[in-house]
Amino acid sequence: MENAIAWIFIFPLSGAVLVSLLGMNLKKICYPISVLSMIGSFIAGSLTLKQAIESPNHEVSYILGGWTLDQYPRGVGIEFRADLLGALISLVVLGVGLVVSFYSKIPVQEETPGKEPLFYSLFLLQITGLAGICLTGDAFNLYVLIEVAALTGYGLIAIGSNRAAAATFNYVILGTIGASLYLLGVGYLYIKTGMLNMVGINEEIVSNGLMDSATMQVAFVLIGLGILIKMAFFPFHAWLPNSYCNAPTTTSSLLAPLVTKVMIYVMIRMVLTVFGVEFSFESTLWAGVMPWLVVVAIVSAAVMALAQREVKRMLGYLVVAEVGYMVGGVWIYNYYGLIGSIFHVISDACMTLCLFLGTGIILRKCKTTHFDGLRGLFSKMPITMTGFFIGGFSIIGLPPTCGFFSKWYLITGGMVSHRWEYLVVLMLSTMVMVVLFFRLIERIHLAVNESGENLGHGHGDLGLNEEQTKFEEGPLSMVIPLVVAAAVVLVIGIYNQNVVNQIEVFLEPFNLPRGTID
Amino acid sequence: MFEEGHIINELLIERLNYFIYVILLMIGLHAMISKRNLIKKLIGMSIFQTAIILFYVSIGVKDEATVPIYKAHHDPHGAHVQNHESNGLDDKLHIIEPLEKEEVREYANPLPHVLMLTAIVVGVATLGLALALCQRIYQGYGTIEEDELLAKLERADARTSISPLVKSKNSSITRPLAGDAGKSKVKK
Repeated sequence: MENAIAWIFIFPLSGAVLVSLLGMNLKKICYPISVLSMIGSFIAGSLTLKQAIESPNHEVSYILGGWTLDQYPRGVGIEFRADLLGALISLVVLGVGLVVSFYSKIPVQEETPGKEPLFYSLFLLQITGLAGICLTGDAFNLYVLIEVAALTGYGLIAIGSNRAAAATFNYVILGTIGASLYLLGVGYLYIKTGMLNMVGINEEIVSNGLMDSATMQVAFVLIGLGILIKMAFFPFHAWLPNSYCNAPTTTSSLLAPLVTKVMIYVMIRMVLTVFGVEFSFESTLWAGVMPWLVVVAIVSAAVMALAQREVKRMLGYLVVAEVGYMVGGVWIYNYYGLIGSIFHVISDACMTLCLFLGTGIILRKCKTTHFDGLRGLFSKMPITMTGFFIGGFSIIGLPPTCGFFSKWYLITGGMVSHRWEYLVVLMLSTMVMVVLFFRLIERIHLAVNESGENLGHGHGDLGLNEEQTKFEEGPLSMVIPLVVAAAVVLVIGIYNQNVVNQIEVFLEPFNLPRGTID
Repeated sequence: MFEEGHIINELLIERLNYFIYVILLMIGLHAMISKRNLIKKLIGMSIFQTAIILFYVSIGVKDEATVPIYKAHHDPHGAHVQNHESNGLDDKLHIIEPLEKEEVREYANPLPHVLMLTAIVVGVATLGLALALCQRIYQGYGTIEEDELLAKLERADARTSISPLVKSKNSSITRPLAGDAGKSKVKK
């Protein structure tokens, strides 16, 4: 499988076409086709990562249409490029897609009856778009793939209720502004460098000394602003909680772990590969301003999460807070901060997946995700709640989970680069997360109503009758993916060094400052 | 007034295309953010995207240049095809001799226009999807004015986000006889 990187896209793309052609008559065929194409794509993704690790310069390059780098200069032909970062993140995208496609069987049938072919073709196109963002080596193609992912995302959210359609409208407006600003920035890059290939742009910047060019500064600001809007960074986050909260279960389990994380990947790619470390951190004002914006973002998102009374809406604000962590990790301009940021992209995708899969099962069983509706759920659905809380503990950052290790690197980065404000905010928001999840645990394990009045008689008595505490686990096709996701959170946590090693190999050539502890 | 280096010269002649696109961009952005009607927002979105398309097209303009199709006297295929008629699919045929710098100047750069074809397609798809959303919103809520829509959405959200405990209490109030039973159920 030399061309594994191309197969990553061929599987879901042809799956989407098949589903939309055959599915109209044979509704039952949609689910198996999408699961199969996700399995194929996941295997191709793993092979690509293996090739990238084994190759001497740690990247796999594939130029579509038979153009080769020996015969033509860089920039002729469209390149797919999987270095270690791109291959890792795309594997996360495909893994999450695989788990969610298994999970989707029952929720899709129940929530959007009769629309399975439409849903699954959008689902597979969404995966194509997101994986493409991670692997493309061309700045304009990145725009097209961002829009592919965004358009299918709008469709996937709005396929649910009318309320979801109303929430999507804001998402469309903000998403279009973000993507268009990115496109404008690429235009300025093209004016100055005459290149659209990401590595080619960087080579031009270095060889022509474009560090102080005003055009490049404008390009950087436009691209940065566009990406920040797309990733729901705090002042631009308004679209996220509403649309994820009202979206169908499968959609929110797919989009919440991936869309914002992939956009953070784009930011890291722009900062490191396209503009270069020196340009991004030393010749712009951003490196001075962004850490403070991050402080504001994390605090506000954490406070808003604290104010929510519904699990799904609370998780939406948690996603916004996590975006703040990762952006902060990049902009404190430190080796360990960037390791933390990249590792957090991976671990946050896994733990958010856990939480949303769990919430989907709760929503199906209780018809509500309001805190008060969750009483006694642990005796009813022990496996689901265990999976849900493994995700929750990872968000808090408790040791064997992967969230602990990524937060560890972020905190180390903040410490060695003397960004105390970032450190303080990380601690504060960790405490908020502790409050959020232990409040949920209290609701589920202890018999206390909204006003703090004790409802039971102690010793695990929840004031619930026998029927309400009967063992009644969700369907297996939903619980098994949740268990897998929870296991992945633990496994990545335990084997964190293997992941971090690859990230270190990727970051080696960029000569980032490592800071000092004094 | 219009001599080289003069500010008015720069504004009105040298960089006129940039100013036009920025003005259009701002009109679009203003409509998207401050208009209250959803359709007007979409019109703003279209203007916004069109401004960017104009920007790209205008940077591809070159004076005294023609469309990027080989002129007869530059065409490397014309000569080759006659010489190699026997093996027309020869590999050498595909390696095209690069044009001289002077010759390249006679052609316009096609790339910005090609990029914009894709961007136009994306724009059409976005607009179509957004119009479909508007239709759904109108069917569901009977309005496309943002103020009325937000008021309706707030009422709907308040209804759905009531705590289940409060709900059961309310239902017990409507049935006065069952009131005590409901309360004791909660207390047990």
